[in-house]
Amino acid sequence: MAHTASEVTANAEGLKVIYDATCTFCGCVCDDIDLTVQDNHITEAKRACVLGKAWFLNHSIDDRPSCLIDGKPASLEAGYDRAARILTDARYPIVYGLSDSPCEAQRVAVSIADWINGTVDTTTSVCHGPSGMAFQGVGEVTCSLGEVANRGDLIIFWGANPAESHPRHFTRYSLMPKGMFLPNGRKDRTCVMVDVRRTKSAKAADIFIPIKPRCDFEALWTLRALVKGVELDPEQVKADTGVEISVWQDLADRMKAARFGVMFFGMGLTMTRGKHANTEALLALTKDLNAFTRFVSKPNRGHGNVTGADNVVSWRTGYPFGVNHARGYPRFNPGEYTTSDVLSRCEADAAMMIACDPMANFSQPARNHLASIPYIALDAKETPTTRAAAVAFTVATYGINTGGTVYRMDDVPIPLRPAFDSPHPSDFEVLSAIESRVKNILGIRA
Amino acid sequence: MAESFILIPGRTSEQGCGISEGKFQEKYQSQINTLQVSPGDMQRLGLIKGDRVRLTSEGGQVEVSVVSAPKDELPDGILFIAYGDLSCRLMSADTHGSGMPTSKGIDVTMDILARS
Repeated sequence: MAHTASEVTANAEGLKVIYDATCTFCGCVCDDIDLTVQDNHITEAKRACVLGKAWFLNHSIDDRPSCLIDGKPASLEAGYDRAARILTDARYPIVYGLSDSPCEAQRVAVSIADWINGTVDTTTSVCHGPSGMAFQGVGEVTCSLGEVANRGDLIIFWGANPAESHPRHFTRYSLMPKGMFLPNGRKDRTCVMVDVRRTKSAKAADIFIPIKPRCDFEALWTLRALVKGVELDPEQVKADTGVEISVWQDLADRMKAARFGVMFFGMGLTMTRGKHANTEALLALTKDLNAFTRFVSKPNRGHGNVTGADNVVSWRTGYPFGVNHARGYPRFNPGEYTTSDVLSRCEADAAMMIACDPMANFSQPARNHLASIPYIALDAKETPTTRAAAVAFTVATYGINTGGTVYRMDDVPIPLRPAFDSPHPSDFEVLSAIESRVKNILGIRA
Repeated sequence: MAESFILIPGRTSEQGCGISEGKFQEKYQSQINTLQVSPGDMQRLGLIKGDRVRLTSEGGQVEVSVVSAPKDELPDGILFIAYGDLSCRLMSADTHGSGMPTSKGIDVTMDILARS
């Protein structure tokens, strides 16, 4: 029997099934997962990939206290008070993270940063932040993943490894679906993989192009030239990219001949030397190709709601990440207001880390400075960041214990369908309580 | 004698599953604390699984055990490690005005410390 979205069935033994639940582990945000729940434990996650199964089946209610102050159990009220005081006492507070929180909580976090004249930044800045800069510089020719599934006949992955980072990408959206204009599914598509490693994703490709490390910029500009019919020196191309010009010419010809081409790009571009210049080259190539055919590009976004963070921060401040409110209005400047820089230059004097783990994932100078200032951490699980926090809140897990909205990697908003309650507060509740106290301290009317 | 390599930190599905199990648990820790070396470089340097090496970059220095990368996955001269504490200790803090430290394609030198 077909079930409607969000329908729940339950039997006398307390076993219930949540249909079409949403997985928030990665940016695919698969919303077709059927969860079987028994005694506040998920026993089955139908249709989930290996990452989704680990996300759902390992979920248990953390038996840590909901609030720790200086590592000692405390009441939530005391935690909210201390957190608000840390933020309002600071001269350069920063609010960071947000990619594993629902949009409703992200919105409150941006408000707090605004009230305290602080900086708000998201994990985008160490993910596809350079892509965000490139979007502003070049523009983005894009589409939804549904269009890719129905139209994309040439699928290129550049510096991305979806087989390991987005395991259902191929089957749900990019390679396997039988679409409106691709009745034979995979047989109607050509897949090209460009990478410095022959990753597990390369096995799914028809063509694998192994380029020299740190030569994405040169390779993309080679393609731009070939697409426009510019003659290039074959030896120079080989020296610059590690690949024969004939291989690039073949790819350029395929791109121009495609009916609907798609380039998915990953952090192989954004995290490598060149960063936003690499992504700009790819976006410009995409734009060039639209003189010949329909071509789009999309970043393969990582965390479950990192795309939501970009959207929420954009519609609250006008900028997607790295936004400073010190002058009472938003200013955007990657490298100046981005968290890695603000911490490693020892500028911030307090922080609030929401659903992120900078104590494990930032450079050592940034970690050293974070350890030296008072900060608040919100996370569903214990991490190196929660362990060193002045105030640590254990929050309910979004999508499993709490509802809300998340954005899929193609900017499509998707509702969450929680499976069971948590004794811990949601990050929305924690942030709302902190915001209320911040406003009280600052004398801002409710 | 130290040899130069290019280090590519990246995601693995095992590391992703390990995050859900818990960052202090065995699966995650073993993923982020193991360096993959190409089979050719393993043979050339006489390395076997479990040998310890020291990686040094502009940003820092770490010690890590090695394993041979799956066949054909890694060219000689390139090292791979799952994102995590060690890979980030090797990043420089400089983001070159982008907000993003150079987290892939890091120049490192490798010294062999102990053979198992």
